[in-house]
Amino acid sequence: MTDTPVLSVRDLVVEIPTRHGVLRPVDNVSYDIHAGEILGVVGESGAGKSMTGNAVIGLLDRPARIVSGEILLSGQPIQGLKRDAIRKLRGKKMGMIFQDPLTSLNPLLTVGDQLTETILEHLKVGQTEARKRAIAALEEVGIPAAAQRINSYPHEFSGGMRQRVVIALALCAEPDLVIADEPTTALDVSVQAQIVALLKRLCRERGVAVMLVTHDMGVIAEAADRVAVMYAGRLAELGPVREVLTQARHPYTAGLMASTPLASQGRKRLRQIPGSMPRLGALPTGCAFHPRCEFAQDKCRQEPGPTLDRCDGRAACWFPLTAKQEVSA
Amino acid sequence: MSALISVRDLTRVFDVSKPWLNRVIERLPRALLTAVSDVSFDVPENSVYALVGESGSGKSTIGKIIVGLVPPSAGSVEIEGVDLATETDAKKIEAVRDDIQMIFQDPFASLNPRWRVRDIIEEPVAAKGGKTNGLAEKLLEQVGLSAADAGKYPHEFSGGQRQRICIARALASEPRIIVCDEPTSALDVSVQSQVLNLMSDLREDLGLTYLFISHDLTVVQHMADVIGVLYLGRLVEEAPRDKLFNDPKHPYTQMLFDAAPKMDAFGREVDPPKGEIPDAINPPPGCAFHPRCPLATERCKTERPEMRHIGDTRVACHHAE
Repeated sequence: MTDTPVLSVRDLVVEIPTRHGVLRPVDNVSYDIHAGEILGVVGESGAGKSMTGNAVIGLLDRPARIVSGEILLSGQPIQGLKRDAIRKLRGKKMGMIFQDPLTSLNPLLTVGDQLTETILEHLKVGQTEARKRAIAALEEVGIPAAAQRINSYPHEFSGGMRQRVVIALALCAEPDLVIADEPTTALDVSVQAQIVALLKRLCRERGVAVMLVTHDMGVIAEAADRVAVMYAGRLAELGPVREVLTQARHPYTAGLMASTPLASQGRKRLRQIPGSMPRLGALPTGCAFHPRCEFAQDKCRQEPGPTLDRCDGRAACWFPLTAKQEVSA
Repeated sequence: MSALISVRDLTRVFDVSKPWLNRVIERLPRALLTAVSDVSFDVPENSVYALVGESGSGKSTIGKIIVGLVPPSAGSVEIEGVDLATETDAKKIEAVRDDIQMIFQDPFASLNPRWRVRDIIEEPVAAKGGKTNGLAEKLLEQVGLSAADAGKYPHEFSGGQRQRICIARALASEPRIIVCDEPTSALDVSVQSQVLNLMSDLREDLGLTYLFISHDLTVVQHMADVIGVLYLGRLVEEAPRDKLFNDPKHPYTQMLFDAAPKMDAFGREVDPPKGEIPDAINPPPGCAFHPRCPLATERCKTERPEMRHIGDTRVACHHAE
């Protein structure tokens, strides 16, 4: 692991101006990802996890925009770059894997055309070499008979195979950072296991930094090294995956873990977090989680939760849970 | 205890051929997709029977056949001893239909956006000319919403609240059986636990029977009494919950359990399962699982295994023991 993180996000704020006021889907988010590391980003729908990924790779749809904060790629800031320059970085330095493999491939071009186009764009190689590399990329992600399959169109592949093609596409220009946005959500359990194993292998062998966005805690537990839990646009908790999942410090993480049915707990009633995530237009004052939090006190209702760097760096909570509280809860 | 739902040799074939002109010009044969093939099981009263399987395994089709949305191609479904597909006595059909309701996967697609919640919930009763005074309000409170919500429209609710409305609608005609087709797949984890708890409470209070269709093993393990595992339209294994999870007999069930992500398996390195679900139009001969099965022998390639009893487990495999 090198000292400079591959990706370093500092106090990132994304805003969407609307008729009813300015919404903040990403609010003061900071994290690093090092080479060869998988950072899992979890949260429920609307927590801002995909928005964070899109902001990093420069794919925010207007009117959403980055208002403040820094995104450093291998130590180089990437905001303020011209669109062309970001385009060059995208693919070459950062790859993206989207949730739905069918809509992220062009149905009118063969898989080979799409791969060679990306390779020719970013690497200084000729047509034949590019094709050779495309076949190698397909072989690497485990597509059988890659030399023949390269002339197939996306609809000729099954869902799992298509997601492999998307991964090959994200990796073919040898990026340092891959952002995987719900890469297994549209897939079956057995195929999901194959894709997760593939991501882990590529991350280890190539030393790629991976940001794995998902809502499935099981996938996070198996794949990620560190995990960031998001709630209503903010980081709630950040830390090594084993510690966060087994000894949550933020009441939201603890609630999330307790409400997931576990094999060991049998038929016991599930613990539930009352209510649902607030809409961005109607965030409560103070800590965004306080109306659903059983430990909320007056301070939580008045002051917004602390950002991670201003407390212990682990849980963005005024009164983080201690081991004792967890047992009583 | 007699079975409330009894499914016998159920088969459903869909015709997915191209239009006849294309078939003539391109000399293609008819394409028939066997979504459900020879499935038999019983659901006892006041129990939760879960069907699990990956996409294309026929679990939703079975649910639709049971409620009568899709007719079977062969075989029968008897509910309280009445077969809806062949019964001719209108009174009996009416009585059975009142007893069975369904909850769908997507609460955003299964509520009419132009109807008020009151009308949506009362419809199963109002359609038969029943009395609906205060029914919606009572049901809304029963599923954890407030009576004042009856005048609102579906778009004013979140996903979890909408699924509660769907449950209230399913309860309106006082059914004995509810078919739940992936009721929590579209919901977030914290909301999923609320809905699962609600369903458990209602089952105890009202003595309901659930047919629970899901692909999520952890949810199934939490909810079900008996679990049937489907693969390519065939029932490959059926066992009581603890039996199935502690001692899976069929190699497909074992593969499914190994592949499922586990919350306590940090950095687990496993060999992921090989291959994918085969094409249901041309299923492999013999046992449908043999191309992916580690135990497969010659016999598996030619002879389709019969359901065998091993203790409490029913399993369709030549090699299971």
